[in-house]
Amino acid sequence: MEVDSRRVGTQGDDLDFALLLDGLAAEREQGITIDVAYRFFSTDTRKYIVADTPGHEQYTRNMVTGASTADCALILVDARKGVLTQTRRHSYLVWLLGIRHVAVAVNKMDLVDFAEERFAEIAAEYGEFAAQLGLEDVTLIPMSALRGDNIVDASDAMPWYGGPTLMQYLEAVEVDQERMQDAPFRLPVQWVNRPSSDFRGFTGTVAGGSVAPGDRVVVLPRGQETTVDRIVTFDGDLERAVAGQAVTLTLADEIDVSRGDVIAPVEAPAQVGDQFEATVVWMADEPLLRGRTYLMRVGTKTVAATVAPIKYKLDVDTLDRIAANHLELNAIGVVNVELSEPIAFDPYVENRDTGGFILIDRITNHTVGAGLLHFALRRSHNVPWQSVEVDRAARAGAKGQQPFVVWLTGLPGAGKSSIANAVERRLHALGRHTFMLDGDNVRHGLSKDLGFSDADRAENNRRAAEVTKILTDAGLIVIAAFVSPFSADRATTRALFGEDEFLEVFVDVPPEVAVERDTKGLYAKARDGGLANLTGIGSTYEPPESPEVHLEMASLGIEAAADTIVAALEERGLL
Amino acid sequence: MIDRVKLTHLQRLEAEAIDVMREVVAEAENPVMLYSIGKDSSVMLHLARKAFHPAPPPFPFLHVDTTWKFQDMYRFRERMVAEHGFDLLVHVNEDGLARGINPFDSGSVVHTDVMKTEGLKQALDKYGFDAAFGGARRDEERSRAKERIFSFRSAQHRWDPKNQRPELWRLYNARHRRGESMRVFPLSNWTELDVWLYIYLEQIPIVPLYFAAERPVVMRDGTMIMVDDERMPLEAGEVPELKTVRFRTLGCYPLTGAVESSAATLPEIIQEMLLAKTSERQGRVIDHDAAASMEKKKVEGYF
Repeated sequence: MEVDSRRVGTQGDDLDFALLLDGLAAEREQGITIDVAYRFFSTDTRKYIVADTPGHEQYTRNMVTGASTADCALILVDARKGVLTQTRRHSYLVWLLGIRHVAVAVNKMDLVDFAEERFAEIAAEYGEFAAQLGLEDVTLIPMSALRGDNIVDASDAMPWYGGPTLMQYLEAVEVDQERMQDAPFRLPVQWVNRPSSDFRGFTGTVAGGSVAPGDRVVVLPRGQETTVDRIVTFDGDLERAVAGQAVTLTLADEIDVSRGDVIAPVEAPAQVGDQFEATVVWMADEPLLRGRTYLMRVGTKTVAATVAPIKYKLDVDTLDRIAANHLELNAIGVVNVELSEPIAFDPYVENRDTGGFILIDRITNHTVGAGLLHFALRRSHNVPWQSVEVDRAARAGAKGQQPFVVWLTGLPGAGKSSIANAVERRLHALGRHTFMLDGDNVRHGLSKDLGFSDADRAENNRRAAEVTKILTDAGLIVIAAFVSPFSADRATTRALFGEDEFLEVFVDVPPEVAVERDTKGLYAKARDGGLANLTGIGSTYEPPESPEVHLEMASLGIEAAADTIVAALEERGLL
Repeated sequence: MIDRVKLTHLQRLEAEAIDVMREVVAEAENPVMLYSIGKDSSVMLHLARKAFHPAPPPFPFLHVDTTWKFQDMYRFRERMVAEHGFDLLVHVNEDGLARGINPFDSGSVVHTDVMKTEGLKQALDKYGFDAAFGGARRDEERSRAKERIFSFRSAQHRWDPKNQRPELWRLYNARHRRGESMRVFPLSNWTELDVWLYIYLEQIPIVPLYFAAERPVVMRDGTMIMVDDERMPLEAGEVPELKTVRFRTLGCYPLTGAVESSAATLPEIIQEMLLAKTSERQGRVIDHDAAASMEKKKVEGYF
C-alpha cells in the first residue's frame, strides 16, 4: 500500500485508500476500477464481504453483479455535490436487485463545515427519490471518511446527528439469508448422490425456508408428491435444515428426481411456467435480439430461452420506458421469454435464488445477460404440469409426421383462406394430417363474443394461437389464415412454437387490389358504414418485417402461391 | 412461524464451498482437485469429503510436485492418502528436472514457472481435466480479489482478467468448449483467519510445520529459510541457527520464509493471526519479484 501510494500519488503524502480497492495492474495505471473486487473485514460480531463496484455508467453490469449477492448497499454521496444522476442510477439498481437495506453515506461533511442544513437538504432530496423507487429501509449517515467522523464513533463535529455511525448500522443490519428462513422451503436439486443402489440422495443448498424429516413435499415441475425421509450430512443427520445450508435429502418414495428440479412443500409449492415476463440486464457487446435463443440458467436448471417481444427499455436516469427492439451492453429492459420446457420458479422479489437467472450465449458460452423473473405468462402458471406419457412427440410419431404451423397474415381479401385451402389440399395429397383454421371458423364459434376493437383483435389472435398450439400438440399440421394485423400479437403467437416449426407467410396485396377483389363483400360494407374498424380502412395493418415467405400477390395466382409455400416447407425439411 | 436459526459465518462459508464443489461435479466432465499439502488443501479435502458424503469425493486429487517441498510435507501427504484412501496423482515436470531447474541456480522465477506453472499445465493436458479446484482465496493478493469463483481458462490455460464472466447470485457458468477449462476456487470468500478457525473447529489435520518448533534456519535477503535437506547450499561462513519458528504458508522450502513464533497450538496460532498485520504470502519469495507479479503469473497459467 505505502509503496503503491507513493508511485501513483493521487493523494499527495497521505495514503490513498482507493488503492486498497483497486487491484489489477492496468487499473492502477489508469487510476480507475474496472471490475468487481471483493474485500473482507470483520468485527467481533460479524464478518463482512465488500463487493467494490465502480460507478461509471458503462459498468452497470459490474454494479448488478456485485449487488446480486449483497445484504446491504452502501451508496456514497459527496456532501458538496449532493444527489447526482449517478446516485439515482445506483439506487435504482440496488432497488432492482432487491437489496432491502440501503445506507447512504453523505461523505466529505468536513468540506461543507459539517452543516446540518446541507445534510438535511440531501436527506430530503434523496428521501423523495427513494420513496418514488419504493426503497423502504434507507438510512442516511453524515460522515467524513478522511477524518473518521461517524465511521466507528459518533462525530464530535456533528452533535446534531443522533443516528447510528456507519459501523453501528452495519453491525445491526438484517442478513438476507436469515430473512429467507421465513419464506417457503425450496431446494433446487443440484446433484443426485448415488454411491450405491441403496442410497439415493438429492443434494443442494436450501434456497428458502426450512425442512424437516416427515415434511410432505412436491418435486417440481413434474409434480410428484412424497415425504422427506432424512437430511443427511457428513456430521450426522439433521432434524431441520434452513435457508443457506448445503444438505442432502432422501425421500420416502422412489421417484424420478434430477438436477434442475425444485423440491418444495406441498402446501406452498413453487410456481411452474415456461413463458415469463422478466427484467433483463444486458452484459455483452453484441446486443440482445428478439427471437434469438440463449441458454437460461435459473436455480440449478439450464434451459433454452427465446426472447419474444422486448416490451420496453428503461432509461435508468429518468426511469422512463422507451420502445426498443434490442438491448445493448448495460441496457435494462423488460421482455417476454419463452423456455424450451417448463421450470419451477418464484418471482425474483420473493426469492432471489429461484427467481434470478443468467443468459448464456450458446456459441461462445459467455454469460451475456442477467435477469429477474416477474411472473409466468398464460394461465397455466399455478398448475404443475401433469406428467403424461403420451406426449406431443408420441402423437406426432403415430401420424408419422412433424407438426408445424403455416401462419398466413395479410389484409382482408388478400386471398389468405384460398391459399390456405390450396396448401391443405396439397399436404393432404401427400398423406399429411392437417387442419385449417381461419378467421371464419374461429370467429363464428370460439370468438363469437369478440368484436373488432384493437383489444378484441388481440384476444382473438391469442385464442387462435392457443388453438393452433393445441392442434400441433395433437400432432397435426396447422394452416392458419388470420389477418393478424399487429406485429406484437404475431410475435406472441410465434413465441408459442419452436424456431423451426413456425412459418410466417405474408400474403401481400396492395390495398387497392384487396378492395377490388373484396371476395366477402367486407370493403363494400365498410364503405357503407356498416362495418367499423375493418383492417385497411378503419384500422391499421402492420406488415411483417421478416416473414419466412413473402407472397407478392400482385404477380402470383392462388395455386402458384400455394406451390411457393410447399416448396418452402420442403426446403426446411418439414415435409 | 418457526424460530430462525443463526448460521455462523463459517457455516455459511462451508455451505458455499460445498455448493461450489457439487456444482463442478454436476457440470464438468473430468474434474480434479489440486492438492498442494498446505493448510488450504487440508481444508479443501475436508470439504470435499463433506460435500459428497456418504460417497467419497468423485474426482482424483493432483499434486504438482516441484521435488523441493519440505520433507514434512511429503510425509503428511502419504499419511493423508493412507487415512482417506483418495485417488492421488503426483506429477513432476520431468523435462524441467532433466534441465536441472532448481530454486538455487535457476532463481525463484524460473523455478516456479517451469516446475509449478509448466508442470501444472502438463498435468492438466495429460489427463484432460476440464475443471480444476484450487484453494486460492481473494484475501491473499490483490489480483485474486477480482477473480471469479469459476474462472475460465483458454485452451492455452491463460486467464484474461479483463474478460471475466460476470458471476451473479449463486449462478455459476461452467460451460466451455473442448480444450478450454475452468479453475474453481471454493474458498474464494474465506480469509486466512477463517481457514484457521475452521481447522480448529473441525479438527482438521495439518502439516506440523505450521506449529512453532526449533528448526535450523539461515537468513537470506531478509527471509528466514529453513535448511530442510542436504540439497541446500550454504554460503561461506553461513551456519544454520536453531530458532523457534513456524510457517504461515508452505511451498518449496528454499522459497518459503519462516516467522519467529512460539505459537505451538491452534489457539496460539489464531491469537497470533488476530494481531498480525501482514499478508501470509509475505513469506513467499516469488511474490516479491515484480510489481503485479501474481497477476502476471496467473495470466500465464499459475494457480
